[in-house]
Amino acid sequence: MASKKKAKLILKDGTIFMGESFGTPKSVSGEVVFATGMVGYPEALTDPSFRGQILVLTYPLVGSYGVPKKEFWESNKIQILGLIVCNYIDTPSHHASQKTLRNWLKEEGIPAIEIKDTRALTQKLRDEGVSLGKIVINDKDILFEDPNLRNLVAEVSSKEILEYGEIDKTGNRTIVLIDCGLKQNILRLLILRGLRVYLVPFDTDVTKLNFSFMAVVISNGPGDPRQVKTTIKNVKKMIAKKIPTLGICLGNQILTLAGGGTTYKLKFGHRSQNQPVVLSGSKKCYLTTQNHGFVVKKIPEDFKEWFYNANDNTNEGIIHKSLPFMSVQFHPESSPGPLDTDWVFDFFFKKAKSYHKKNNRKI
Amino acid sequence: MKSKFKKILVLGSGALKIGEAGEFDYSGSQAIKALKEEKIKIILVNPNIATFQTSKTLADEIYFLPVDDYFVEKIIARERPDGICLSFGGQTALNCGLALVQKGILKKYHVKILGTSVSSIELTEDRKKFANHLKSINIPVPPSGSALNMKEAKIVAYRIGFPLMIRAGFALGGQKSGVATNKKELEEIVKGALAISPQVLIEKYLHHFKEIEYEVVRDRYGNTATVCNMENLDPLGIHTGDSIVVAPSQTLNNEEYHKLRGASIKIVESLKIVGECNVQFALNPNSINGGLDYFVIEVNARLSRSSALASKATGYPLAYVAAKLGLGQSLLEIENKITKITQSFFEPALDYVVVKIPRWDMSKFKGAFEQIGSAMKSVGEVMAIGRSFEEALSKAVRMQSGFVESVTDNGFENKAELKKFLNIPTPRRIFAIAENIKRGKNVREIHKITGIDLWFLYRIENIVKLELKFKRSNILHKKLMLHLKQNGFSDKKIGNLCGKTELQIRKLRKRMKILPSVFTIDTLAGEVPAQTNYLYLTYHGEHHDVLPIGRNAIIVLGGGPYHIGSSVEFDWSCVHAAIALKRHKKQSIIINCNPETVSTDYDMSDRLYFENLSFETVADIFEFENAGGLIISVGGQRPNNLANQLKKANYNILGTRTSDIDRAEDRNKFSALLDKLNILQPKWTSFINITEAIKFIEAEGFPILVRPSYVLSGSAMRVCYKKEQLFNFVNKAAALSPLHPVTISKYIENAKELEFDGVAQDGLMMIYGISEHVENAGVHSGDATVVYPTQRVYASTEFQLREISKKIIRELSVTGPFNIQFLVKDNKPFVIEVNLRASRTFPLLSKAMDVNFPEIAVDSFFGKAKMHNFIYSKSVVVKSPQFSFARLLGADPVLRVEMSSTGEAACFGRDYDEALLKSILSTNKFDFQNKNVLLSLGGELNKAKFLDAANILLTLGYKIFATDTTALFFENNNVHCSVVRKAFEHSPNVLNIVENKKVAFVVNLSVEDKKMNYKEKRRDSDGFRVRRATVDNQIPLFTDLHLARAFIKALAHYKVEDLEIKSYKEYLQS
Repeated sequence: MASKKKAKLILKDGTIFMGESFGTPKSVSGEVVFATGMVGYPEALTDPSFRGQILVLTYPLVGSYGVPKKEFWESNKIQILGLIVCNYIDTPSHHASQKTLRNWLKEEGIPAIEIKDTRALTQKLRDEGVSLGKIVINDKDILFEDPNLRNLVAEVSSKEILEYGEIDKTGNRTIVLIDCGLKQNILRLLILRGLRVYLVPFDTDVTKLNFSFMAVVISNGPGDPRQVKTTIKNVKKMIAKKIPTLGICLGNQILTLAGGGTTYKLKFGHRSQNQPVVLSGSKKCYLTTQNHGFVVKKIPEDFKEWFYNANDNTNEGIIHKSLPFMSVQFHPESSPGPLDTDWVFDFFFKKAKSYHKKNNRKI
Repeated sequence: MKSKFKKILVLGSGALKIGEAGEFDYSGSQAIKALKEEKIKIILVNPNIATFQTSKTLADEIYFLPVDDYFVEKIIARERPDGICLSFGGQTALNCGLALVQKGILKKYHVKILGTSVSSIELTEDRKKFANHLKSINIPVPPSGSALNMKEAKIVAYRIGFPLMIRAGFALGGQKSGVATNKKELEEIVKGALAISPQVLIEKYLHHFKEIEYEVVRDRYGNTATVCNMENLDPLGIHTGDSIVVAPSQTLNNEEYHKLRGASIKIVESLKIVGECNVQFALNPNSINGGLDYFVIEVNARLSRSSALASKATGYPLAYVAAKLGLGQSLLEIENKITKITQSFFEPALDYVVVKIPRWDMSKFKGAFEQIGSAMKSVGEVMAIGRSFEEALSKAVRMQSGFVESVTDNGFENKAELKKFLNIPTPRRIFAIAENIKRGKNVREIHKITGIDLWFLYRIENIVKLELKFKRSNILHKKLMLHLKQNGFSDKKIGNLCGKTELQIRKLRKRMKILPSVFTIDTLAGEVPAQTNYLYLTYHGEHHDVLPIGRNAIIVLGGGPYHIGSSVEFDWSCVHAAIALKRHKKQSIIINCNPETVSTDYDMSDRLYFENLSFETVADIFEFENAGGLIISVGGQRPNNLANQLKKANYNILGTRTSDIDRAEDRNKFSALLDKLNILQPKWTSFINITEAIKFIEAEGFPILVRPSYVLSGSAMRVCYKKEQLFNFVNKAAALSPLHPVTISKYIENAKELEFDGVAQDGLMMIYGISEHVENAGVHSGDATVVYPTQRVYASTEFQLREISKKIIRELSVTGPFNIQFLVKDNKPFVIEVNLRASRTFPLLSKAMDVNFPEIAVDSFFGKAKMHNFIYSKSVVVKSPQFSFARLLGADPVLRVEMSSTGEAACFGRDYDEALLKSILSTNKFDFQNKNVLLSLGGELNKAKFLDAANILLTLGYKIFATDTTALFFENNNVHCSVVRKAFEHSPNVLNIVENKKVAFVVNLSVEDKKMNYKEKRRDSDGFRVRRATVDNQIPLFTDLHLARAFIKALAHYKVEDLEIKSYKEYLQS
């Protein structure tokens, strides 16, 4: 392999993993997390929820099918801070491949290193919890930096209102999508359902929007939910106005906090495509993609548990006892991952519509 | 949840055959364990005596009887189970179950089928209905049609257009299927398929599509998960059983992976599967209009070969879970046996790559075609685990044969051969790819020819380039050494490349502190702290997941891939040895690399290394674990071959000293030993030039047995009757192993062959059993029909055998298992071979005598074996070989000194006749209603000796069809028969009789080709055509005089309804 550069991953506790650089030769500092999915690295790398994070992929071969066109990404650039793999494959083979992973990383200025024992690193993060860390290339050391102290959502959210889908004069097909660090596939799936989508910045007060819409979706996004105070405040207003709301991932935590519940940080989070969630009160179980470090602790009053995780029993979603407010901790839009919970969108819109109908509400 | 079932009948798969092998012992055993946990009484039907599932410890009652609706009905009537499992015994069990349903037997006895409903199974088995079903749920299937005869087949074929894939309906492992590109091929394949099946399926052949499989589980609540996906390295067109398979898929992106996953789930949901299901896809490597272009090509609503592989590849116990699901449990209730902290509803995340390579034994079948395609031909497989594809592939290549070190090791003689093996898919293709790359052929060209995805070719190219780079530089510094190891180069290979020995490289490597890491397979890529005992080695690591056990650990070496001559019987001994170690408070570590075994199941040992049985790997594990000892004598010849190397490295090998093993295996030393002890042996000599051979022949005369040293399963053995044959053969044999001299021995004709098996401790016999071959010596012991106790042996002969064996084991100070093979002629025993390891007869004797030989062997290793008195048998057991000739186009189905059977079945009976009959029924489809028989008896002696049997057949009401000289002989001796024309004569001839399935069985005795003139050759090829047609039409074939006579005698003694339905326990007690 051509031009290998000496590189290190240094964790906050001083542990050093030696490796070789294959991305941009640039030192970076952030939070080190691991993900266990076996496919879907282009999707993961462009997922804004990974903002500020150095991503370790546990599957040992990465780069096998190259990089597809931008339209297949989850946002318009690589969002991760840095990439750690066991073996980088520089000879991709796929009809959709436009370039190698190496070239992509270089184009976007993202460092990436191969360290052989990604399993040891994963076990360490699992046992001791996610850690701050830095990729140091050519001994150009830098300081540790905690991205969770920043409002990461503000960094990745759209700065303006964007419109998608066919024009809808009635508002019956219109929804507002609050962009906290949206994965493109949420948008794709909404458009696929014939909806008119207004993508709004994370700090938008939707109750003040000057057009009519039937529901709000709060997207996924990076970091600690308590950092997005504006959004939480705005969602409180939405609840008061009984606007049908669906939260996804960070959206689940925001809805929880807005409703008066609490969240906490998991030791090492859920970042994989094989998380089993059970529909509460049933024997029905779904396989989901997840990417979160924070999770709901106390469910708000008037809400009940909607889903829970079959492995560690953590909360995977909440639903209001009578009103169309609901949210899920997992990713019903998948990408990467299993397509099992796509129905959540339909369920929500059905509830929202029947709520409007029942209350004879004009949108 | 308490089960409503109290007693469940589990159907096994019978004898191992191509397409249905050890994987069903593994899945059946796991299922029985799962059901027993629920306090359900288990009844098992399986005549495969060498399996672990038929050991006393598992099922409550075992019936060693044929898995067919006749016998199973009798068992149901007797046992009255309330449930039945059809999905753990392969296609055999499934077909039997469907017959039971169709005949209303299950309804009659109120037996409920566990798991997936019969209507769903029937739907998946009828290709046409199933294709329509898939279309109805918008799942694409290749354009296809089915036909019941040639005319219909042609109509369908022209509608779809060539190229076409043709398969036989209701057949396992793609039997009689093939690709037709023109009318002639179409006719040939359809004819073959119709011979074994009432229906043929014709479909569009999807050239160079990728082949992808998903293993899916679903519970009755509709929870569905895909446990594993796998990608075939070989494109569509090569049976998945004959393909190199990789898990997880390597060349699919997220969309492809999950859309195919979604389609699998949709199919499984539509079928309301409860349990396990396998879905196979063909995927176009190029997208069409940006969309996925795929078709479903097969669905198996049962445990399969692939599911066994998936279980081992992921650590997810599919059969165990499927059995629990069959009881109605939900995936959420079933504990994940691997992690013990999560449950069974999840999809394993792998942090390694798995490569499976099939093991073929085509050279063992005279005349068999080497080309592989849509009909499976492999007899076994290996699985390797690594953290790079190169590491896993190289491991697998080494595991497969035990002789080859790398894909770059190949013996292509010239350019033409190299081209041929690249163009035609054969077991050697992967090597041809490497060699072609080495010689500068572009991988894109290779991709075009083979259809193998460039991704795989790039990885092979990487190995080749690294090898070339190393050869050029030739400086083995630490970084390069690590790089080579990470790309799967063995010490031996590195040594070969730089002119050093394996041990020199090993020493250097250890000095550089380059040692493999021990990693666990935990199903979740390290996400949860699972305490698993399922391990592999990798050079892509800097830590170990486990701590060494230390001196208390005893390593048991498994048998490696199943192949002709080494099969489930050795795995059985291996598993029981590992279990027996507990009695001595030792911890067992199993090393094996065969995914279709019970020994590689997660709960058979304290630790399992899914690794190669090479010196390097065993040594690495032994040294890491700092183990107390090694058992090499229960896994067959493969581990036994490591004796000297392991001893030299000073590892503690339990049992017989390696120097004594060598004295038994080295022909010269062993012969001298027998002479010293005054024990008879067939006269022999070894020679390196032909003059010495001729001197021997002049003194001893023909016939002679010719073979190279160190053989198992008679590889390259041959009986010669004249000089030309000898010269002809020696040229080949000598080319095969130039390092070893060729041995010739006097071939003693018309002698009996007896097997003496036992366990000794410090040279004293602790237990023994003698079994007898039904066929005369000259048929390989693995192909012989074996009976216990002996039926036609004088007590004085047995006494002599015992005394001789005592002398030998005393002389060799044997501790542990041993096997001595005797020839007996005129009451004089000759010793032909001694093996100081467990033989293939071990499970048979252990079960017949109700004494666990491997357990006693383990006791002997610790000086704790007790001497067993001779045990008089209360019943008779007969073991019959299972042949898979029907699968191997071109192979001559005749018994020879070289072994060719792929499995065996054994049954108990009141007497020899009953046991023989049951055992033959277990390995053949026999139609009792059909009272026609075809006799073709070559040689005057054969004819004369068969006369009484022919008369019996007439008494039994059989109509005899006979070919020319046989018919003439019968007429002269007042045996009424119908003359049929020979195969080369115009029809109606003997072939028509066979192809129309007019006869119940065929006796075809050929004389040894002592002379080789034109007429004889013609006759021989005639015999070949009859034999081929017989096996191709699934008609029982007898090619041995003694066996044929014994069978006919048994037929006269017992009608099918007279055969006792008795359980194993009852036979032991009676």
